[in-house]
Amino acid sequence: MSNKLSRLASVLTLGAGLLTASVSMAADNTIKVGILHSLSGTMAISETTLKDAMLMLIEEQNKKGGLLGKKLEPVVVDPASNWPLFAEKARELIEIEKVSAVFGAWTSVSRKSVLPVFEELNSLLFYPVQYEGEESQRNVFYTGAAPNQQAIPAVEYLMAEEGVERWVLAGTDYVYPRTTNKILEAFLKAKGVAPEDIMVNYTPFGHSDWQTIVSDIKAFGSAGKKTAVVSTINGDANVPFYKELANQGIKAEDIPVVAFSVGEEELAGLDTAPLVGHLAAWNYFQSVDSAANEAFVEAWKAYTGNPNRVSNDPMEAHYIGFNMWVKAVEKAGTTNADAVIDSLVGISVPNLSGGYSSMMPNHHITKPVLIGEIQEDGQFDVVHETAGLVPGDAWSDYLVDSAKLISDWRAPLSCGNFNTATNKCGGKGTE
Amino acid sequence: MFPIRLLLIGALICAALTGQVSAHHEDLQPKIQALAAGSLKDRARTVEALLKTGDSRIIPVLQHLAAGSLYVRKSDGLVVLTHKTGASYDATAPLTGEVTAGLAKRALKKIKANNSLRRRIKKGLSLFALSSPEEDERLAAAQTLLTSKDISILPLLETRLEAEQDEEIRTALLEAKAAMTLQSDASDAEKTAAISILEEMGGRQAMSLLSQVEPLLSKAVKEQVLAAKGRLESERQLWELLQNGWYGLSLGSVLLLASIGLAITFGVMGVINMAHGEMVMIGAYTTYTVQTVIQSVAPGLLEFSLLFALPLAFLAAGSVGFAMERGVIRFLYGRPLETLLATWGISLFLQQAVRTIFGPTNQEVINPSWMSGAIELGGLSLTLNRIWILLFAIAVFAALFLLIKRSHMGLQMRAVTQNRQMASSMGIRTPWVDAFTFALGSGIAGIAGVALSQIGNVSPNLGQTYIIDSFMVVVFGGVGNLWGTLIGALSLGIANKFMEPLAGAVLAKILVLAFIILFIQKRPSGLFALKGRAAQS
Repeated sequence: MSNKLSRLASVLTLGAGLLTASVSMAADNTIKVGILHSLSGTMAISETTLKDAMLMLIEEQNKKGGLLGKKLEPVVVDPASNWPLFAEKARELIEIEKVSAVFGAWTSVSRKSVLPVFEELNSLLFYPVQYEGEESQRNVFYTGAAPNQQAIPAVEYLMAEEGVERWVLAGTDYVYPRTTNKILEAFLKAKGVAPEDIMVNYTPFGHSDWQTIVSDIKAFGSAGKKTAVVSTINGDANVPFYKELANQGIKAEDIPVVAFSVGEEELAGLDTAPLVGHLAAWNYFQSVDSAANEAFVEAWKAYTGNPNRVSNDPMEAHYIGFNMWVKAVEKAGTTNADAVIDSLVGISVPNLSGGYSSMMPNHHITKPVLIGEIQEDGQFDVVHETAGLVPGDAWSDYLVDSAKLISDWRAPLSCGNFNTATNKCGGKGTE
Repeated sequence: MFPIRLLLIGALICAALTGQVSAHHEDLQPKIQALAAGSLKDRARTVEALLKTGDSRIIPVLQHLAAGSLYVRKSDGLVVLTHKTGASYDATAPLTGEVTAGLAKRALKKIKANNSLRRRIKKGLSLFALSSPEEDERLAAAQTLLTSKDISILPLLETRLEAEQDEEIRTALLEAKAAMTLQSDASDAEKTAAISILEEMGGRQAMSLLSQVEPLLSKAVKEQVLAAKGRLESERQLWELLQNGWYGLSLGSVLLLASIGLAITFGVMGVINMAHGEMVMIGAYTTYTVQTVIQSVAPGLLEFSLLFALPLAFLAAGSVGFAMERGVIRFLYGRPLETLLATWGISLFLQQAVRTIFGPTNQEVINPSWMSGAIELGGLSLTLNRIWILLFAIAVFAALFLLIKRSHMGLQMRAVTQNRQMASSMGIRTPWVDAFTFALGSGIAGIAGVALSQIGNVSPNLGQTYIIDSFMVVVFGGVGNLWGTLIGALSLGIANKFMEPLAGAVLAKILVLAFIILFIQKRPSGLFALKGRAAQS
């Protein structure tokens, strides 16, 4: 009940101009945290969960006594899956609500849309979703996986464990799959895979008729070499895709599918019995066996009041990001953006898989990479875990124009795209 | 995953061998216990060692391992076979058969398997299943062995061939033997015979097997392989053409279902109904609700849940449609722009309402078993759910057609569409005809939702995925003509599916859209033009 009230309160503070006076009075005793996730429109399916997770984390922090002796106050806005609206709402959060940090965005387009706002108004954004890399910005902290923390280890696993020699790279037609597949293609070729053993396929958003493509995959897989599908298919298109796979009788034992955008949440809308053995690569699974995770999952179920509610990887990213921010603010002793940005690098907090994640100079974090197989109950069994933590690489080593770039936001370099060949700041990614 | 029957046989054999059990108990028990320890790689070695014993008592153990129901009992570290009953587990000790009922999940630790382990177990166990008394198990085992690369089992296949009576299983065994002969160091003559057996078998699997062995063969045999592959390839191309035709028909039937309700509300009545997709969504959510209720009240009826969902979806979507017409649309006749905006607003409202009630995530709609899987017809593979949807779409179309042409209500509908004043002066209550026509169109969309929930997502966004396609079909087919909708849907489906392999899914969609734009320029009233209120305005 109390969290419902606080949610209601946060919504009210947004809308009611009359309350401005009381809000500014309250501002002295609270630190505001912005939550920028779509609560309506196509992305609501994924992002609503993250909003709830953030509210839970803030509530727990307040129970522990808040931050710097002040209470944290969540400010929730709804950018409605509308990319330009993300920028407007971000501006509203920073300029009008004066939040100290923003946690939010899901798609790469929405992140790109808010980047200039955070740069101009000098605030902090914590971005919790796995993405295509090729970016490092001073005001953004990337707590999701870069391609080398998800895609490449997954492909290496299939090569080593399953002996895969032929690859289907299937994705939705937008920036994340296209960049990831470009990196994977370069990686596979570097490993000696012939171009005719790679099939690349793109489909529109929300593609629902997978008959032709699944049968193409079947045909591609019957060339006598072990074949696997690397799927960057996004969102709603996954359910019909997996249904078609099951109906056409493609079993994980024959042609395994490894997905980068399918987690516990997405499987909730599916009968997973025919999908047992298909894979996903993430940095966290709900089934991870650790004390921290058990406590988190229990708290999450209690908070949402739903014993069947699942947790997923981007939630863990917010968990890490939020705790890093709390620790950095405590270290800096202020919520001033410049001070917090500087103190964040090097901060290390426990992650949910039993280890520690730390923020690196390129504003990406270190994470373990887990490969899981889908089980009948819609959960994943971890079948492989990288030895040690993998540091996120902003600029891929497998793309010609990115290999030379490094990112280091510490003084004196302070550059997100430093070209080691020309010794100049400002390579790719400078507009 | 593995038939229970086999499991029972394993158990029976166990029981029959009880005398021996105590004798070999000591050898097998530590090997089974070893499954619990170490990494997946160690487990693969243990499985290998277990299979090597040839002891049939390992069958249930390995089956449970592959199915993910082999656990370690935390209290004493014993490896146990489990069976889930409700929220608790019944654990059976593998060799003694001693059962402990009602264990909590916390008391057990799962022994994990991965794909390669499951594959190995499946192959290993099929050697046992070859001598099973059940025909379908022997057949499945022979088919599994087709892709086995272990040529040491050739002698076993030969003994089984001598004993086997069933023709189908014999063929499968012969094919498996042929595949293995090609990998062995048999003479060229034997290999030539094997190639023709595989060519006879046909299909993708034969192609794949032949390509695999090709580099291993002598020059003379290699030429035969290439010739056989060439013949298989041309056969495949023919089948592919048919397969594409089927995909097109099936996509066409989905388009038909999605747009047939719109053919009434937009086509016959001329209302630009942007909330049409949401009627489909309401139908899909009705299916979900019906299934949830059935699951808790009468789980036995779950297989027939769709039959219950159909009338309810019609009523649910129909009454929302009726309320929409009475509440909003009737004030906006003749003002298409306002209608468009109002119905779009209603569609957003309905989406958010569903999101609030059911949550933003996808809901799981269960596919009944008679709608899962596929049937093979030569080189064609027809998935059952698509067959049912095609039949269903045709049935809905026929029913609607009869309703409009033959029933009293259909007569009134046509009268109002053709000449409202005249119909009114003949005593027809035109406002009510409007309301019921709109409700009918919405109800039909609801019924479509029941079918579409079987192939796609059930989420608040479901409607948006279909709305554009629906308008495309109705405009292309000719506003106000049911035949036009049928022909339009099928031809767009087939065109799309023949273009997709050539141009890719993204470009195919764009090309179809571009084609329709050009077509509408030439023939503004679509394939079949009809006079009516829509045509007049």
